[in-house]
Amino acid sequence: MGDVMLAQFLQFLFSGITVGATYALAALGFTLIYNASNVINFAQGEFIMLGGMLAVFFAQAGLPFPLALLLAILVPAIVGVLLEKLAIEPVKGAETVTLIIITIGASLVIRGLIQVWLGKGTHSLPAFSGDVPIEILGATLMPQSLWVLGVTAVVVVALWYFFNRTLHGKAMLATSFNRVAAELVGINTSWVLFMSFAMSAALGALGGILVTPITLTSYDVGIMLGLKGFVAAVVGGLGNGLGAVLGGLLVGILEAMGAGYISSAYKDAMPFVLILLMLFFMPRGLFGGKSTDRV
Amino acid sequence: MNKNTYTGLYIVIAILAVLPFVLPNGFYMDLAIRMAINAVIVLGLNLLIGFAGQISMGHAGFLGIGAYASAVLPTHFGWHPLLAMGAGALVTGLLAAVLARPIFKLKGHYLAMATLGLGIIINIVLRTEGALTGGPDGMPVPALGLMGFELSSDKHWYWVVALLLSVSVWASLNLIDSPFGRALRALHGSEVASQVAGVNVVRYKVSIFVISAVFASLMGSVTAHYVGFVTPNFADFFHSIELVTMVVIGGMASVFGSLVGAVLLTALPQALATFEGWETVAFGTILMICMIFMPRGLVPTLAAKFGKGA
Repeated sequence: MGDVMLAQFLQFLFSGITVGATYALAALGFTLIYNASNVINFAQGEFIMLGGMLAVFFAQAGLPFPLALLLAILVPAIVGVLLEKLAIEPVKGAETVTLIIITIGASLVIRGLIQVWLGKGTHSLPAFSGDVPIEILGATLMPQSLWVLGVTAVVVVALWYFFNRTLHGKAMLATSFNRVAAELVGINTSWVLFMSFAMSAALGALGGILVTPITLTSYDVGIMLGLKGFVAAVVGGLGNGLGAVLGGLLVGILEAMGAGYISSAYKDAMPFVLILLMLFFMPRGLFGGKSTDRV
Repeated sequence: MNKNTYTGLYIVIAILAVLPFVLPNGFYMDLAIRMAINAVIVLGLNLLIGFAGQISMGHAGFLGIGAYASAVLPTHFGWHPLLAMGAGALVTGLLAAVLARPIFKLKGHYLAMATLGLGIIINIVLRTEGALTGGPDGMPVPALGLMGFELSSDKHWYWVVALLLSVSVWASLNLIDSPFGRALRALHGSEVASQVAGVNVVRYKVSIFVISAVFASLMGSVTAHYVGFVTPNFADFFHSIELVTMVVIGGMASVFGSLVGAVLLTALPQALATFEGWETVAFGTILMICMIFMPRGLVPTLAAKFGKGA
């Protein structure tokens, strides 16, 4: 009996960590853009969708699998940069609400174009290294989950290195602390804005590609994935990179446990219940520091 | 209160009075009613966004509570529709107050996050509790009767909604010019400065949020009775976004901007229906273009251009 319960628990944990890693990548995307521009990018979820849908499209078009995946990251990154250049930079200094509406407009355009171009159907990708499940203490783990977790871990380490050990990364970090001061010491802050949109879009797309063999994809998966990524970013204390990753995993695990033990009908509600409780009891997020505001 | 502000109100009343006699058919009548209903909701939401500088990304959730209170309570528990409407508004008000108090002590996007979460939870509950709500298919709403007189024809509804809208415009204009409104505007200018001047920032923000949520709930009930049917789509995320968009496109902190935003965005989907499949792309493009070229919204931008105050 105990074994069965343990196996069940592990099963929920595995699926939670796997989707959680996708949320973590999305949350990192939110964090990057928020830090560079104070914008909450509601088009983040569409980058996740773009990654998955484009990977399916390029693979079906007959491109070699690795090339298809690479293009499915590159194209969304270009879309992210276009969004920044055409729609965010021209209204620098506008009210936050205005910027939010612009990103929502962008998400509708992206979703609508994909719907017209690739249709409303549901698509899948073949798993990267087979479908033979790995058995661990009675629970099964799909090899694709290992891909999701492994790649996410590599990305997190690479990002940590980038922000702490390279000049470009430090320039981005400096801009997020104080844009004017960063400009004064000669940092090109529009380059920072450009990079943060490119990187968030690429991160989102990567997450979307990795998880597609497990969860499938369609033109409208971006809304929920994006919103849950946003929840994860806030759980981690908006603006905190490590917090975003842990927030993503936490949201994923909680959702899987909630669906498994409480009610699968309310699976999608779990992250939002979590965030409401957190705003009540731990308003700065798990890892958000104290902050003071300028008057 | 200067004379100029009331001129706008008189114009609104004049248009509302003439409209039913010039509208060619029932289709336009229905559109006008829905525009007016949205306008009332947007007026309330604009108080929050334009004056308290906060975004609600879940206003459709409040709309949904009102609508479903009017559908569920009379159908399953035999409540009088007006009582049900009041109950919906009360629940919404309480929920908004409980939610807002801790959140308004934070700065930034937390209200957006909290309202977004609440809206999605409400939507999922409506979809899931099928025994009460009819699930994803929705449920019919009984007619609204007042002292033996049943509101049924579009004409009756038009006058009721036109009256509600006129009163809301009048109330909004007065509110903005009252000490309460001045405090709100001070808030948007500088929170710390207004706090120093003796404004209880949190209390004002909570009140305005509760007012706008109750507006939404009441109009949710009205819409439910008017349409005669409710579905969870009523309370979904996209509808919340539409409402925020009406505020921002019309013009934040502008009473007449709210009206313009509501009218334009209610009509837009009808106009876009001819694009067959491209509606979403067209809608998104229009949103982006409006915001990029008129970040302050239509009415304030045009007012500034023609040298008048909004």
